[in-house]
Amino acid sequence: MLKLLRIELFKIFKRPRTYIAFGAIAAIVLLFQIGMKFDGKSYLDLILSDVKDTFEVSDDFKNRLLNGYFICFAILNILLIQMPLLVALVAGDAIAGEANMGTLRLSLTRPVSRTEYMLVKFMASVIYTIMLLLFLAVFALFGSMLIFGTNTLVVFRSTEIHMMNSFDVMWRYVAAFGYAAVALTTVSALAFLLSVFAENSIGPIIATMSIVIVFTILSEFNIPLYDKTIKPYLFTTHMVAWKGFFYVQSDAENKTIDGTVQNLPAIMRSMGILIGYIIAFTGSAIWIFKRKDILT
Amino acid sequence: MNAVIRVKHLTKNFKDVKAVNDLSFSVEEGQVYGFLGQNGAGKSTTIRMLLTLIRPSSGDIEIFGLNLMKHRKEILRQIGAIIERPDLYKYLTALENLRIFAAMSGVKVSEQKLKEQLEMVGLADRAHSKVKTYSQGMKQRLGIATALVHDPKLIILDEPTNGLDPQGIADIRNLILQLSKEMNKTLLISSHLLSEMELIADSMIIIDKGQKVVEGKVNALFDPAETIVELKTTDDSACYEKIQQSPLKKILNGKRNDCLLLKLHRYEIPGVIKELIKMDVNILSFYSKHSLEDYFLSLTAHPHVEAFKN
Repeated sequence: MLKLLRIELFKIFKRPRTYIAFGAIAAIVLLFQIGMKFDGKSYLDLILSDVKDTFEVSDDFKNRLLNGYFICFAILNILLIQMPLLVALVAGDAIAGEANMGTLRLSLTRPVSRTEYMLVKFMASVIYTIMLLLFLAVFALFGSMLIFGTNTLVVFRSTEIHMMNSFDVMWRYVAAFGYAAVALTTVSALAFLLSVFAENSIGPIIATMSIVIVFTILSEFNIPLYDKTIKPYLFTTHMVAWKGFFYVQSDAENKTIDGTVQNLPAIMRSMGILIGYIIAFTGSAIWIFKRKDILT
Repeated sequence: MNAVIRVKHLTKNFKDVKAVNDLSFSVEEGQVYGFLGQNGAGKSTTIRMLLTLIRPSSGDIEIFGLNLMKHRKEILRQIGAIIERPDLYKYLTALENLRIFAAMSGVKVSEQKLKEQLEMVGLADRAHSKVKTYSQGMKQRLGIATALVHDPKLIILDEPTNGLDPQGIADIRNLILQLSKEMNKTLLISSHLLSEMELIADSMIIIDKGQKVVEGKVNALFDPAETIVELKTTDDSACYEKIQQSPLKKILNGKRNDCLLLKLHRYEIPGVIKELIKMDVNILSFYSKHSLEDYFLSLTAHPHVEAFKN
């Protein structure tokens, strides 16, 4: 199995298209960092416009706000919505791409069980997803820390402001990136499942993107009827729960309690639901593929 | 001799279409076994079932004396195959492709051995070139190298000469003969090129509409003495009537738009020509066709084939 996994990773990282996602992330992060370096204050004014009536925001506060942790949080807010599309590029290609190239039939005439083959393919796309996230972490978090330094992280949530001491931030990022890995693996599993039905990778990639976009829009609907009927069942609703690691508890004097998270059970429940989706998508993909006649 | 492949009552239905219908045959050890049929006859479907790419609707397949479904991995370890086109990873080099398929076969193959494989198919000097730069013939040879990389006992090649130029076809033919005669491999080769099969196969099966039409040794199935003659005259209809009323009636095999067909022993040809002249038939041409082609067509002829012949 390990040998097969190594082969799979070799094939993935030998393909030029694999690096599109890395290039896209690097470009977005870099452009954002440059923008923030030279015009970060304007960006902050925009963000603070919602709360400036409630809170007095001094220039000193703004200067402290504009640190590496904050920049990374802002980047994650933008990128974690787009990254599913990048993940689908590889996962959607996993089986359909092989079918399209004609290498699927050649591979399956080798003494490898179809379950093994599928598991290895899925594991490889998960590793790719994790590597994308690590790349993002290095660029967005450590890069921003280097450029902007570290300070208190301030996160805005509607009319709430959550402040975290700099020593209380890193573990939250580790948890958030871990959660993001599960969330993106869900998208990867969906693309992987769709890939089984197709003989060309464009189909599953576009289908995955469409499903993610439609579900994300539905997740954002502010219609109370859907809050309990549709939203809880959409995986996209749970994909954004990583932000919960940055919503802190406060004491009676409204001071942050270090090391706390406002609603950890909700985050864990969302993560459980995503893992359920991953198992369902991957299990279905394997079940279908094992019974499939290879006609390509 | 031991049967390497034994297929019993194999059937495959695709919804309402019977692609393979109650097919039985066996391939002996060390043979080059020709698997013949027109396009759509069910050759590729059968081969895909032999390689577990397609699940049979019913029937049994035994390879090396083991049930294919129960001992899939064990059996596939000893099979090398190309199905239709030899599609490989175009963005990888020949050596990388070979390395991948060797590893997937579960055997440890040294770099030296990989290079020897490329040497055998004449691609050693292009080992580090990406496959996307290869010609069709080179891809086909590399495909064969991937099929042989783990030193299988049984080699299954589906239409291995498809899309090749005459030199490419000759190269593949020589390679097949080398594998069979020098390396004692068992080969099952599907093709619709009868002339190619005649040159390389020991035994063959002809299938049509998913069913066996005939199976046996090539030299027994194909008597070179039997031949079909296309006779063209100034008036085919009149000639047909004359032959019908003469002792030559027994060799009259059919009539087409532009000629008459006679089936006869080749030693009978001079006598038949003399007889036709005696009957005052104005002969335009007397062409002896390759009988295996006609044998094949006579066994698998359909209306569209007749139309094509006409």
